[in-house]
Amino acid sequence: MKFKSLTLVAAFAAVSLGATLGVTAAKAQAKEQFFPVLVYRTGAYAPNGVPFANGYVDYLKYINARGGLNGVKLTFEECDTGYATDKGVECYERLKGKGATLFHPLSTGITFALTDKVLADKIPLITAGYGRSDTADGMAFRWNFPLLGTYWTAADVLVQHIAKKEGGADKLKGKKIALVYHDSPYGREPIALLQERSKLHGFDLSLLPVAHPGVEQKATWLQIRQSRPDYIFLWGWGVMNSAALKEAVATGYPRDKMYGVWWAGAEPDVKDVGVNAKGYNALALQHGAEKDSKIVKDILALVHGKGQGTGPKEEVGEVLYMRGLISAMLGVEGVRAAQERYGKGKVMDGEQVRWGLENLNLDQKKLDTLGFQGVMRPISTSCADHMGSSWARLHTWDGSKWGFSSDWYQADDQIIRPMVRASADKYMVEKKLQRRTSADCQ
Amino acid sequence: MLYRENGQFKTSYTADQQIFPIAQDRYLIGALVAAAFVIVPLIASEYALRALLIPFLILSLAALGLNILVGYCGQISLGTGGFMAVGAYSAYNLFVRIDGMPAVLAILLGGVFAMAFGVLFGIPSLRIKGLYLAVATLAAQFFCDWAFLRIKWLTNDSSSGSVSVPDLVVAGWTVNSPIDKYLFCLIFVVVFGVMAKNLVRGHTGREWMAIRDMDVAASVIGIRPVFAKLSAFAVSSFIVGVAGALWGFVHLGSWEPAAFNINRSFDLLFMVIIGGLGSIMGSFFGAAFIVMVPIVLDNLPNWFGIPIDTALASHLAFMIFGSLIVFFLIVEPHGLARLWSIGKEKLRLWPFPH
Repeated sequence: MKFKSLTLVAAFAAVSLGATLGVTAAKAQAKEQFFPVLVYRTGAYAPNGVPFANGYVDYLKYINARGGLNGVKLTFEECDTGYATDKGVECYERLKGKGATLFHPLSTGITFALTDKVLADKIPLITAGYGRSDTADGMAFRWNFPLLGTYWTAADVLVQHIAKKEGGADKLKGKKIALVYHDSPYGREPIALLQERSKLHGFDLSLLPVAHPGVEQKATWLQIRQSRPDYIFLWGWGVMNSAALKEAVATGYPRDKMYGVWWAGAEPDVKDVGVNAKGYNALALQHGAEKDSKIVKDILALVHGKGQGTGPKEEVGEVLYMRGLISAMLGVEGVRAAQERYGKGKVMDGEQVRWGLENLNLDQKKLDTLGFQGVMRPISTSCADHMGSSWARLHTWDGSKWGFSSDWYQADDQIIRPMVRASADKYMVEKKLQRRTSADCQ
Repeated sequence: MLYRENGQFKTSYTADQQIFPIAQDRYLIGALVAAAFVIVPLIASEYALRALLIPFLILSLAALGLNILVGYCGQISLGTGGFMAVGAYSAYNLFVRIDGMPAVLAILLGGVFAMAFGVLFGIPSLRIKGLYLAVATLAAQFFCDWAFLRIKWLTNDSSSGSVSVPDLVVAGWTVNSPIDKYLFCLIFVVVFGVMAKNLVRGHTGREWMAIRDMDVAASVIGIRPVFAKLSAFAVSSFIVGVAGALWGFVHLGSWEPAAFNINRSFDLLFMVIIGGLGSIMGSFFGAAFIVMVPIVLDNLPNWFGIPIDTALASHLAFMIFGSLIVFFLIVEPHGLARLWSIGKEKLRLWPFPH
């Protein structure tokens, strides 16, 4: 046999292995704050992952174009997780070694896996609008920041909206609500809250899981055809959302009785269905498509105008692009808050960034200067409250674009707080951890 | 020249029957194990340990278990992910529900539960063979997927089916740093590797191989197919279950049923096929290939400082990885382990081939 070629192959393998073992942690250079970017530009969820990633990276470029963060340049590196938990953990390990001081895992499954790891690595984990709902309890989860809302607040707002539509929470009794969900930690997360609410109001909750990636939903919609629920909550991601809408069209289920979570309410979800999806509602994580906002115009001028844009120019300002933008902004503002305490123009470490995120205070004035007026409401976090804000509203697809269709809602703390507390306590016991003391909050 | 057994005379049966009859093999393996225990922890970065070496060790243990079933006993199984899940979740339940349960005992008992489960799903193998059996074991996989997702009791009523465990403490040794975890897994792999090697070269292993090669002939010469097949399922699922428990407890720390889905089963089967059916060494080669090559490929552009689009990089990694699989299967259908032994044969004659 060709022994020579074999030796070559072996030598190549040995060299690459050696290179892997010898990778030394490249420390962040002076005056450079490293932002890891966990994204998925490939795989089944890429249509939704790409606009998010573009918005995220564009914001970092935008900050650099404006001279960095008090003079500190932001550097970043992407790692493609493909929405797979094991790959996400690998990406985390890879970018952690390069001096990462905060992570956006962009997947609830990855968040679950990383929650344990950040504890030892001392790196804050920002999960804006996703992740573990119980991590809103900052006294238990020191390093997790589910900023702007969790799936429990999302589900709560949806129930409130429906109660209002029906003319009062007591009218929910006997109503049938079906949750069509992505069968992953993401989709299962709201179940606990919906069960709690169904006990409270006496509505009938049926759970209809859809397996990854969500293209095959015939069986689910057969059940819906039979049971005819009054409302459907759609907890899908990626291709699952448009598949669900197409099935709804085929089944003849009224789209205006369907309510998606904020990850099921963007352009890629409805574009394929187009006019047929008219009337479909989804939560907005405060913002919708914001093409007229100041920040979008600034980015078009300073980033895309200079040929530095990450994605197609037309998609700037779409829903998921804005989500990425806001996520990046929250991280950057966390670092800025940390700088204000630990020294402006310095490079922050994980512990300092955590302090900054915990003491985030974006009031209306601050949002105006950042260019986010009208895009989101003020948010402020504290030691005990790592979520900062649970405001949300709904938007509706009119066949060609998303438009807001409801007032602002706030999740009901009376219901959510005890649940968060109980779940966090259970986690503490399982992991044999202690709650933080108030002295730790300084 | 270097690898030649001239002058190594066996003067006793023990000497002739040892695991590695050739001295060079003994030294090489000894040196490898020593290096794994001493040198690797000294030089490997945290990333290499956590992302490459720990998954490699645990999955080679699982591949070793599967190789006993598929490679030595000839029973194709697609339920490996399910057996791993049984190991992980039963270890988790024992650990969480029984106060003061030692971690190592929980992991081993996880293996015992997986063993019972494996034997149960091995019973069809007495009647059906080959690909039909593969389909039957698929049932085990789907049953586990379903059970750990839907039966709340098994996941301790966690709201989204995810469970997590605290750091392991073994006789005062807290296994939390990557090096600790690596050594913890390495000990398991070495112990189980030696045990498996001894099993397959003893009479049990010979029975398995006889059944694999021709079960009718085997039963004619007095081998009980029931015992041979079920014992292969038992040993295999025990090792796979322990690997599953390690995967959950040591590598992931917190996990959901998707960590042990059908893709895991396929991955492990590919490891065994690419590494070499019926070879202990092959399990390690296969695991190394499937675990490390994609990650290395994904990292290559970065190491060489080539600016490349993230999406393009991961597409390229997929394509190159796929073609490498095809390449190796064409060059040597019997797996990487066969290449290894061809290499050794060549070395015996080198530099004077005749």
